[in-house]
Amino acid sequence: MISLENLTKQYGATAVVDGVSMVIERNSITVIVGTSGSGKSTLLRMINRLVEPTRGRVLIDGADTTGEPAHLLRRRIGYVIQGYGLFPHRTVAENIATVPRLLGWDEARIRIRVAGLLSVFQLDPGAYAHAFPHQLSGGQQQRVGVARALAAEPAVLLMDEPFGALDPIIRAKAQDDLLDIQRRFGTTILLVTHDMDEAFRLGDRVAVMSHGRLLQYDRPAVLLTRPADPFVSRMTGISDRAMRLLSLTTAGEAALPGASDGPAVAASASLREVLSELMWCGAESAAVMDADGTRRGRLTIAAILARGRPG
Amino acid sequence: MPGMAAILRLAALALLLAFLLTPQSFAPLFAPLTQYGAPPIYDQGNLLTLALAHLGTVCCAAAASTLVAVGLGILVTRPSGAQFLPLSRTLVNIGQTFPPVAVLAVTVPLVGFGEKPTLIALFAYGLLPIFENTIVGLQTCPAAVLEAASGMGMSARQRLLSVELPLALPLILEGIRLSLVINVGTATIGSTVAAKGLGEVIIAGLLSNNNAFILQGGLVTGLMAILLYDALAGLERRICRTAHLD
Repeated sequence: MISLENLTKQYGATAVVDGVSMVIERNSITVIVGTSGSGKSTLLRMINRLVEPTRGRVLIDGADTTGEPAHLLRRRIGYVIQGYGLFPHRTVAENIATVPRLLGWDEARIRIRVAGLLSVFQLDPGAYAHAFPHQLSGGQQQRVGVARALAAEPAVLLMDEPFGALDPIIRAKAQDDLLDIQRRFGTTILLVTHDMDEAFRLGDRVAVMSHGRLLQYDRPAVLLTRPADPFVSRMTGISDRAMRLLSLTTAGEAALPGASDGPAVAASASLREVLSELMWCGAESAAVMDADGTRRGRLTIAAILARGRPG
Repeated sequence: MPGMAAILRLAALALLLAFLLTPQSFAPLFAPLTQYGAPPIYDQGNLLTLALAHLGTVCCAAAASTLVAVGLGILVTRPSGAQFLPLSRTLVNIGQTFPPVAVLAVTVPLVGFGEKPTLIALFAYGLLPIFENTIVGLQTCPAAVLEAASGMGMSARQRLLSVELPLALPLILEGIRLSLVINVGTATIGSTVAAKGLGEVIIAGLLSNNNAFILQGGLVTGLMAILLYDALAGLERRICRTAHLD
């Protein structure tokens, strides 16, 4: 659990981050969204003290981090940035081993950890361990960047626009991978982006920032149905808010008892996808199937539409 | 064509070694340049010894320049030392613009004749290329790489040693090479204050109006500079390739 208490950064008289307090739950993905200049990156960088706060403090699992030497604090917090910043003169394996080496792990343990991470990130150790960053594609570099940040098993991972440089297809894949990684390692992830779709797709909770202030911090559905500020509505988008709301619920969660002779949809599909499928097939209802092929229930168009209304 | 360049380089090296080891065999070549039966080959000292002393002086000065210029370059690119950048740059520029001959004139009264004033003059003259290249090398490290290094938890020192200096290495080596080559030529003036070196040959030629001596001193110095430049460039490429800095 990370608690930010009244965190403020001032440069001269301007407050780039202005009195932000929030609690980030363990084992969750929290996304901070905002336009450029909203202070979201500065907020993130105050957590690993790449930026020293002017006021306020950061507590990790209840312990104040203010007194801890910054470089030691950073070794237990993973950090991924846009452009990744891989060390060009070091191999993929050496890049990933950076923090374990700083922490003085023995070589055997480092080797095992690096090989493990390479396979988790779908990089064949034989082909890539000794490759140099410039020999990798953008998507591979991104994965190495995340693997490097996770190498020393940090409880917290900070990510600053980690998918910004990827094309849409690879970005969607990288986002799915991140959700998998989060479930697998149980890491608490705090991610900064300006992309609302990304925030809704990844975030258990989403924080909206503007001009250094935290406007709203809540579950994505609440941001849509009860925006605290006109700026939040503008960020989440008004024209397609019903569809956005549908995309936050899975078919499995919304399924009602009963059978359907309509098309079969996966329980993991979002209501938005189910609705699209029903429109496409001209059917009134769909059969919701679990991954193992058992019938979970059914979904009618009326039931889906009801889910797209606030309240 | 690399093959051709390699052959030329080897030929130049062979020519230099042949001349330094058996200068008398070149006597017929230089004889037409002498008058009144003067010796065609420098005979007041061993040419090989002079060449090695010359190279030794240059290398000592370059080592000292490298230490100071790289150290200063690191200092002024740290946040705590940034305020010294204008001052350091001025000092290093003075070292370059103050003529080495004038440095000799100033230092001889202080440290006496011999190697010392020459070393001081070459040291001051060789600072600029190394200093400027070190600064450019350190300042052009990609921002994302530096941010990642700090974000991973490297201390300032670890970041400097394991990220910044390796990434700046190609430029630093280039600066050292330039400095060395410039000073191979400049070191000839050391002979005016009794430092051992190839300047002796040239000065002896000037004093006795012997064009053969002047040409010999100049050619050996020039060949050494060219070969040194090539050898160091090759070494740089090899270092950068093994460190994947290209």
